Amino acid sequence: MTDNGKNEQTAKKYEKYVKKVTPTHSLPLNMAKAFLVGGLICVLGQYILNTAETMGLGQEEAGSWCSLILIFLSVLLTGLNVYPKLAKFAGAGTLVPITGFANSVAAPAIEYQKEGQVFGIGCKIFTIAGPVILYGVLSSWILGVVYYVMQLWR
Amino acid sequence: MDYINAFWVGGLICALAQILLDKTKLMPGRIMVILVCTGAVLSAFRVYDGFADFAGAGATVPLIGFGHLLYQGVRDAVDESGLLGLFMGGLTASATGISAALIFGYLASLIFRPKMKD
Repeated sequence: MTDNGKNEQTAKKYEKYVKKVTPTHSLPLNMAKAFLVGGLICVLGQYILNTAETMGLGQEEAGSWCSLILIFLSVLLTGLNVYPKLAKFAGAGTLVPITGFANSVAAPAIEYQKEGQVFGIGCKIFTIAGPVILYGVLSSWILGVVYYVMQLWR
Repeated sequence: MDYINAFWVGGLICALAQILLDKTKLMPGRIMVILVCTGAVLSAFRVYDGFADFAGAGATVPLIGFGHLLYQGVRDAVDESGLLGLFMGGLTASATGISAALIFGYLASLIFRPKMKD
């Protein structure tokens, strides 16, 4: 009995200790940070879109320039070790935009360059880009098959 | 006005993804895959075009826009070249983004050295 009581006490003490040591993640705060940074990246994208369109480019070309410039900036900031610091603050705010995709390509390419051109950079560059491209292509293909069949029906 | 819409729509998508990141054990890579597939599905149900007209870069800069680009490419290519289009359209439409990320990423590995994690 007394042994049990003692165990319970230490268990409670331990629980308290774990609670104290675990860093508190406030979801609303993290969401606000993600909202702010993610929103600002989209505003930058909108600025590129608008600028491209005033230069007389079509919607599709403007969109391509927008992706191109955002990806370039993201890779540059990844190389300069700025993007990881921003990501620590913004969480999903830097993950969700296309800049997060570019970061996931550049970061392992830089990280694993010592392991060689083929098995280092060549393989690791696709660590996250590979699944994203695979499932993106696959899902759009499946939906495309549905569209194709529906067109035959008409 | 387009800046405001881009800001809050893009921000909202990121904030929702933050819930996934915090409340589930989903890794960043999985979240990216989910976003791209979601974009393709939204695009297939024709909800994306109106959404993109409203939110501009707020709809196209997040990775769901990448899924939309893939599906739209497939659809347009099917209209143009039928069955073959199923295998052509997606990567053609997303070529700029994928090539840019790979090329700049590779060049970055030549220029930059790995940094110590802090």
